[in-house]
Amino acid sequence: MIVASNLSKRYPGGYEALKDISFEISAGQMVFITGHSGAGKSTLVKLIASIERPTAGSLVVNGQNLSALRRSAIPYVRRHLGMVFQDQKLLFDRSALDNVLLPLQIAGLPRREAIRRASAALDKVGLLAREKANPIALSGGEQQRLAIARAVVNRPTVLLADEPTGNLDSDSAVNRPTVLLADEPTGNLDSDSAADILEIFAEFHQVGVTVVVATHDQSWIERYHPNVLRLDHGRLVA
Amino acid sequence: MNAWFSQHRAALASAFRRLWSTPLNTVLSLLVIGIALTLPGFGYVLLDNLRDLGNNASGVQQISLFMNLDADKKDIGEIENRLKQAATGKWRFVPKEEALKRMQASEDMAEIVASLPRNPLPDAFIVEPTNSEPEALEILRKEIAGWPKVAHVQLDSAWVKRFDAFLKLAKLALWMLAGIFAAGLVAVTFNTIRLQVLAQAAEIEVARMIGATDAFIRRPFYYFGALQGALGGLLAAGLVFGALTLLAEPVGELAALYGGSFSLHVPGAIEVAALAAIGAFLGWLGAQLSVSLSLRKFD
Repeated sequence: MIVASNLSKRYPGGYEALKDISFEISAGQMVFITGHSGAGKSTLVKLIASIERPTAGSLVVNGQNLSALRRSAIPYVRRHLGMVFQDQKLLFDRSALDNVLLPLQIAGLPRREAIRRASAALDKVGLLAREKANPIALSGGEQQRLAIARAVVNRPTVLLADEPTGNLDSDSAVNRPTVLLADEPTGNLDSDSAADILEIFAEFHQVGVTVVVATHDQSWIERYHPNVLRLDHGRLVA
Repeated sequence: MNAWFSQHRAALASAFRRLWSTPLNTVLSLLVIGIALTLPGFGYVLLDNLRDLGNNASGVQQISLFMNLDADKKDIGEIENRLKQAATGKWRFVPKEEALKRMQASEDMAEIVASLPRNPLPDAFIVEPTNSEPEALEILRKEIAGWPKVAHVQLDSAWVKRFDAFLKLAKLALWMLAGIFAAGLVAVTFNTIRLQVLAQAAEIEVARMIGATDAFIRRPFYYFGALQGALGGLLAAGLVFGALTLLAEPVGELAALYGGSFSLHVPGAIEVAALAAIGAFLGWLGAQLSVSLSLRKFD
């Protein structure tokens, strides 16, 4: 499903974010990309989503070699990919439903069919009751679930997430008693929301979707025992 | 095909929504575009009317053919034959006796004519050619001047020439004016679309990330530019129509004072459609330029 061979990414200026990494993710696997901050997790996610291009080596996703992809072919590759961003990238000028409708409009689905599918996706992440709400009125966890609904509404073969719980912290700091804050060993303060999010990913994994999640959060790995790609200073160590 | 159609419909609907959601901006833009198109449009219709006026003014495009004084009946017959063969249009023969009688009929001339020992006037033909183009008239004049026993050929079209030259000049000025306003219209659309792209930077970025093609992102802006231009064109047609309607009566009165009957004709369906189409094209062009430049930073 995703095959990297001798993959490297060097940014202009000489910084080498990924150094000669090779791995294979087969269809239906759940894989976590972990590592310290700056290890190259985000770079790898961006390469898989063809937001950036490799400088050396090859990366094949869904049978398409991304290093040799024409610019005009990129949109069609991305449509087979459900992408959840760290900063969610929701649109605040429209309702939750309209946010989820966007990928279907891009794919050119008839409106009635699109609404039916978007509602189903919202239902799956537990937001059907909030479909008319503006995303700005949703909590951090709800916003992230909305972002997941948008990522999966097109029934992608790969669900790709970059630090999906990365900014749930500030939200939970308000909601949770401070005494529990000290007890959190991982520094991820909103464990309820984060667990919800992860549970949703696990559900998609169970129905056969390939799930790739970049995270620095070790507690998740202990809980789900996924395949792990551990990065350290741009090199693959496990 | 179905997906293609529904995407175009969605882009058009989105263009309408954008126009509708900022009514003040829309009205101002439409006014700018409408006025920019009104001036050349009004000029065009006015020139069209003037050209009609020039064509209708009959009795002006005449060729006067004067025979030699010693020309006899046979020579006149020869010229009549040639005129018949040339089939240039209407013509009539004015014998010298008739010309003299006409002069006598005029009070001022009667005394002078009476004092003349003999008739000094030549036989003449008055030709009214069917083809009144100045160039054609000039060719005909030269041809007739070469016929036997013809003393002088006079083309009474000096003012036709002047009028034609004026029309040509006015047409050129109109084209220059139209060019300037067209550039203005493109600039107005360019700026409107640029601001829209900036305002929708978030949507464009997200759409790109989740698989939107360039065409999908550009389409609503093209529709917006074309729609705004077309509406501006319709507004311009309305303004031209209004102005001509207001002018029609005074112009009719003026023409009546000069003993003529001349009425302004207002733009028809084809002219209205042409204005809307020109507006739409220029709006589309402005959108095209603007989107190409503004979207570069999203790459």
